[in-house]
Parts: sequence; structure tokens; C-alpha cells
Amino acid sequence: MAIKLPIYMDYHATTPVDPRVLEAMVPYFTEHFGNAASRNHPFGWEAEEAVEKARKQVAELIGANAKEIVFTSGATESDNLAIKGVAGMYREKGNHLITAVTEHKAVIDTCKHLEKEGYRVTYLPVQKDGRISLDELKAAISDKTILITIMAANNEIGVIQPIAGIGAIAKEKGILFHTDAVQMAGKVPFNVNDLKVDMASLSAHKMYGPKGVGALFVRRRNPRVLLAPIIDGGGHERGMRSGTLNVTGIVGFGKAAELCRLEMASEADRLGKLRDRLNERLHKSLDEIYINGSTEHRLPHNLNISFAYVEGESLLMGINDVAVSSGSACTSASLEPSYVLKALGAGDDLAHSSIRFGLGRWTTDEEVDYVADKLTHVVTRLREMSPLYELAKEGVDLSTMQWQTEPQH
Amino acid sequence: MAYSNKVIDHYENPRNVGSLPKDDPHVGTGLVGAPECGDVMKLQVKVNPQTGIIDEAKFKTFGCGSAIASSSLATEWLKGKTVDQALAIKNTDIVNELSLPPVKIHCSVLAEDAIKAAITDYKKKQAAEGKSAATQVQPSA
Repeated sequence: MAIKLPIYMDYHATTPVDPRVLEAMVPYFTEHFGNAASRNHPFGWEAEEAVEKARKQVAELIGANAKEIVFTSGATESDNLAIKGVAGMYREKGNHLITAVTEHKAVIDTCKHLEKEGYRVTYLPVQKDGRISLDELKAAISDKTILITIMAANNEIGVIQPIAGIGAIAKEKGILFHTDAVQMAGKVPFNVNDLKVDMASLSAHKMYGPKGVGALFVRRRNPRVLLAPIIDGGGHERGMRSGTLNVTGIVGFGKAAELCRLEMASEADRLGKLRDRLNERLHKSLDEIYINGSTEHRLPHNLNISFAYVEGESLLMGINDVAVSSGSACTSASLEPSYVLKALGAGDDLAHSSIRFGLGRWTTDEEVDYVADKLTHVVTRLREMSPLYELAKEGVDLSTMQWQTEPQH
Repeated sequence: MAYSNKVIDHYENPRNVGSLPKDDPHVGTGLVGAPECGDVMKLQVKVNPQTGIIDEAKFKTFGCGSAIASSSLATEWLKGKTVDQALAIKNTDIVNELSLPPVKIHCSVLAEDAIKAAITDYKKKQAAEGKSAATQVQPSA
């Protein structure tokens, strides 16, 4: 089978809408265009019915009750709502939050915002494998702690945090637990009751649904979580999120969640094998390549590898018919290398040399082989022109070298 | 990020990749940048002792496409120049030639630093060479 170029292997960034999802959405643009909040005519009823069906579909994916799903504009809003909502509602109980250094910016920057308002935030470090230590979490808890927010699976390295362990600790201490489950939900089993999660952020476009729609699971019982809204208005979504519902998007989200639930087991198995195939093929043909983060506690469709002595952006330039991401500073807006990879303690040079592969529903064997072979070729070529590779081959220990970082003038 | 055609050309067909013997008294080596910053350039020149003209220049670069292009271009420009002419190459010349965007200007700065480091190293060697040559000459004189 001929390969269609460019190849998309950046499924952690976003996913295409599944045609079955699109099909479910289409009538809600034109035919059933009602406002779900219109209570007095059939247009509104139709829309409301569609939203409630989707709410059930999303809830079912994570083992929740439909009433516990609050629709939002996406996971960034969900993270903001969970964290600011708890901070606002439980201020009298305490002012301390716990998160981790490898969280998504939607969580980190929300926490930083709260710090400016007088809250105290502990940013837990991660171990070499990218996971937090439960002992360090326990030690960070004080009687002022009102929220623990730790992501389920990381967006760069796919590492899955010990969510059940965190949930148990939070439960025991009577602290609310929020998790950004964007990368995990729909890909591998994620059940809010088994994991004792009180709030979970979800995003439709990471699971073959449309962009611009997400959800926050908010536990209603044992404990009943209350959130101070961050958007004021008509009191939609049980008063937690005002704003006319994005009916079309929500319908798509529901269908996407349903498909993920039904196909998760076979999909995860297929992608895990493809990911391993990519990894093995790269390891067979290249030396000094390193997987970033735990290989054991990891999403099946993620691979994040550092290609030592080669800079990430130049690598991406060489594989310009393959869409992947790099932790290299040059590819980020901030001109800083990935803070997630830095947090693993692997050294900035390896962060600059990293590539994130995200496999997904339409990734094929042929694509994996093409990407592996192309990368091998480009890495080999770039190493031939890398002074670091030359020095390393001469036996120089790069970590002890004195580097000339100051201008020569 | 969109690259200029010249950057892409240098990236795909880098000129003068390689190494010169760094212990050769007529070779100057500059190694600038740092791995944790994401850019390291090694640039070498070989000066013809008869003419004083750089007749070979080589580079190896760890860095983005613009860094590779900047150093590749630098080696092209160095060949045929005297040491003093080489020192007159400015990073802005590289920026203009490669149409580097503002976020990539540091790549051109690094290339200029690499040229200066290589020439400095060459001059240092020449000075040392001159001294040792003088000490060798003295007894027989």
C-alpha cells in the first residue's frame, strides 16, 4: 500500500474527527439547531435531549453519573474551573494546593495565578521515570491543603501517574482530588470511582471528537464537590458553567466518547504493538537513543525518545513529511526546552534532542516503518555533522567539558 | 516555522562538513555554544603559510537548521579570505544572506563567534610556533 504523505504522528496534540462522529454532528448544525436552554418549544427540547444523551455517553466512558458531567469549551477551561472553583469555594478551609512540575500549562499557570492571590502551591518534583512519589505527596499535605491536582497521563511523555494511590491518599485525608485526564481518558481504562477521583478534565478533540468542547467531571456524592463558577451568566450546567451549550460539539463529544469506550481495548492493544514496533526498529538501527519516562507506566500510543547529539529542530526539518513534536527549545514559543523533560533530570541537551511520537486511530504499520527508517537516515546524517557526536566518539565526557557560552569579542 | 530557501539548501547540502587536524599549527579551531543551550558549533580554518589565505574551512554543528546553515555559509565565505578579512565577517551579513527571522539571530551570532574563536586559536598557535621556532633557531645562531 502506498503511503500518503505527510504522515500524522502527533495524536497527543490533536486528533482528526472520526467520520462517525462527524456524521452524528451534522444534523445539529442545521436541522436541529435549537438552544438546549429553550425550555418552551421542540427546538430546545431536541437540543436538550441530544445534550443529555451525550452527557450520558461521556459519563459512561469514565464510570460517572451523567449528572456529574459539566460541559466546557475544552480541557483548559475544565482545569481552570476545577482549580479556581475549588480555591474559591473552599478558601475558608485552607489555602494550600498540591500539583506537580510536569503538569500541563493549563494547570501550572492556573496555580501560579492563585499564588498571586495569596494561595500557597506545592509543585511536587517527579522521579526519573516521570512519576511523583506518593511519600512526597503525603509529606506535602498540611491541614490547609484543599486540593491535589495531578494529571492522569502526561501529554509529552505519556507517563501515567499513580492515580489510584493519589486518590486513596486524598480520600483518607479528606482532600479533593482533581486530575487532568485529557490524554488518558478514552485511550486506556479510566474510572473515576475505582481511582477515587473527585474531578477530572476531559477534551473531545483528543479522542477523535471536535475541538472547542470539553468536560469536567464533578463528583456529586461522597463527597459532593462544590465549585465557585469562573464564568457568570445564565446558570447553565448546574450553575457551574454559564454559556449557551455548544450542542453540535457536545453531540460529537458524546459519540467520540462512546466509540472510544467500545473500541478502547482493541485500539490500545493495536497501538501498543505499533509503538513497540517503532521503538524496536529505531533501537535496532541507532545507538545512544533514550526513551524519556517510564516504559512500564505509559500510554500505549506514546513514545518519547531523545536522539543524543542531534538537535530536535534540525531533526524535524529532516523529517518534514512526518508530523511529530520536539522538546527542543527551537520548536517552542518560549525558546526554552521542554520543562517536562528537564524535570526528569536527563539534562537539557537530551531535552533538546527529543521527539514525541503520538500514534492514533489511523496509524499503520507502513507509516511506522517509514518514520523509523527516515529518522534513522536523518539522525545518522546529522550525527555526521555533529561536533558532540565526534567528541563523544573520541571519548570526551561531554558533561564535564567547559563550554564556551560567552561571546568571543 | 518557515525556512528560507537558502537555509533549506544549506541544511540539505551543507558545505564543508568535516574536521581538520586540530594539532596542525596552520589550523585554527573554534568550538562555541553549549549542548544545554541547544547549539554547539565547531569551525576550523586552515591558513596557507605562504599566502596567509584561508584555503580550507570545515564545520560541524549541533543545532537547528538555521545554526547549521549559518556555519555552513561561514565556511563558504571564509575560504579565500585572509585572517583579517575573516574577522570582518559580521553576523548581520549572515542574517541578511540567509534571511534569518529575529528568533534565529543568535545562530548567526554563534557563527560569528565561531569564526573569531577559530582565528584566535590560529593566532595563538602561530605566536607559540613563532616562539618555539625562535628558541630552536637561537642556539645555532
